[in-house]
Amino acid sequence: MSTELTFKQYQDGLANDVFWGLLCDDCGSYTTPPQKVCRSCGSTALQVVELEKSGFIRTFTVIRVAAEGMNPPFVVALVETASGAWVMGNVINIDPNEAGMELIGRKVTLSSRPVKGDIYACGDIHSLCFTLL
Amino acid sequence: MREAAILGVAMTPFGISDKTNLELFADAGLEAIVHSNLAPGDIQALFFGNCLGDFEEGQLHMAPFAHSSIGLPMSTPAVRFECACATATVAIRQAVQMVQGGIYDVILAGGTERAAAMGTPLATRTFAMASQAQYETPTGITFPGVFAMAAHLYSHRYGIPLVELKRHLAEVAVKNHFHGSKNPKAHFQKEITVEKVLNGMMVADPLQLLDCCPFSDGAAAVVIAEAGKARDLVKKPIYVAGTGQASAGPLYIQQDLTHVKAREVSVKMAYDEAHLTPGDIDVCELHDCFTMAEVLAIEGLGFYDFGRGYDAASRGETRLGGKGTVVVNPSGGLKAKGHPIGATGAAQVTEIVEQLRGEAGERQVDGAKIGLVDTLGGDLSTVCNLILRGEK
Repeated sequence: MSTELTFKQYQDGLANDVFWGLLCDDCGSYTTPPQKVCRSCGSTALQVVELEKSGFIRTFTVIRVAAEGMNPPFVVALVETASGAWVMGNVINIDPNEAGMELIGRKVTLSSRPVKGDIYACGDIHSLCFTLL
Repeated sequence: MREAAILGVAMTPFGISDKTNLELFADAGLEAIVHSNLAPGDIQALFFGNCLGDFEEGQLHMAPFAHSSIGLPMSTPAVRFECACATATVAIRQAVQMVQGGIYDVILAGGTERAAAMGTPLATRTFAMASQAQYETPTGITFPGVFAMAAHLYSHRYGIPLVELKRHLAEVAVKNHFHGSKNPKAHFQKEITVEKVLNGMMVADPLQLLDCCPFSDGAAAVVIAEAGKARDLVKKPIYVAGTGQASAGPLYIQQDLTHVKAREVSVKMAYDEAHLTPGDIDVCELHDCFTMAEVLAIEGLGFYDFGRGYDAASRGETRLGGKGTVVVNPSGGLKAKGHPIGATGAAQVTEIVEQLRGEAGERQVDGAKIGLVDTLGGDLSTVCNLILRGEK
């Protein structure tokens, strides 16, 4: 099993509906999105593992004044995934004007969608999406 | 270790300016040098803050041009600092450390920014570039969005109904605009009401237009010198009692946005070095880029317990002439004074220095002896603190 998970490998996973992460051999924490060391203890003893594509919304906002090139309104949320790692993404199956405090704690499933990269960014990016159950 | 002190301080008016970044910085930099009873030839290093000059003016590598625009000697190195909104505070702290360590005796530090010149759509986009570019920026998250998520989490975590929290947040804006109305250099010098805040355009739920600081143009600069030299040059040197800086990762690593963990680490460093506690602080300029940010800051700095700072402004405790122990953002803060990001930290230091010298005019905090500067950069990922005091 590989011990390294690059941005590209993580992105390729999302494109194929696989949510990759890293499991720490030292402390048991899961790290995703990937980085070189465990987010909890800094260990480099990591294994690449497939993570469950579900979690709970911990907080959210509705972006109404957006960066140029975006189409507001849209919902951005932080989700605590089943692995314990938190991720940022967009809640896609709700009318942003209906989004309220009751979203916090709601269970979601994870997927991704390609997002057009900024002209200053290195190409398009698969960004996480959350679907309310 | 040697002691560092602040001599001259200066800021341009904040707001919308026709001047270039270099012109703005030259105005503040030369004034700070003159107020220090020094000449440009006496400055041994320039620590220059600017975040977005490439987008504002198509200008990278601005530091050597700022250097020549105020006539510094070629032997004085000029270095650009970029720590998002904490840029100038970090530059000043590095200057303090260089002076304390005996590397230089006199340094000019500060910054300049033309955030307003970009216009809101481009400014919003460039500010969002300080979010994590691979995993967060593509969601369309904005800076108000980050503090909006913190506000929702705060409401949920502490069981404060959102409608109630929003009213208290509006009181933070009202308080800082009241302070700004007494500051002739503030971007906004008009008082506002809670109703006006609550009737504003929604920017990122639950934060509305007047919960947000403006995009501003402006510059500020300060001279830092070894304390003995400072005493020879100016009547009222302001001493650096303690400093701190800490770094944190992206929001998905930080997780609980109601605690700015980098702030807790940074300010503890500063308090420990100064042998002071939150109760010793008389006046504080802190990072109120959004009303919610002021609530997080007064808790993280130790003025209030976590979950208890949200109604401090409503109770009049953080207001000039209020009944609390510390006056928060007498300059008007980022909220009303304005927020040219590369200059903000130096403007906060300017306000605290003037407060500790008793030169703050209508905004003077009676008997202010010890002041705290708090500046946050990026998605809660850089925090820098300075504790300043007048005579020992």
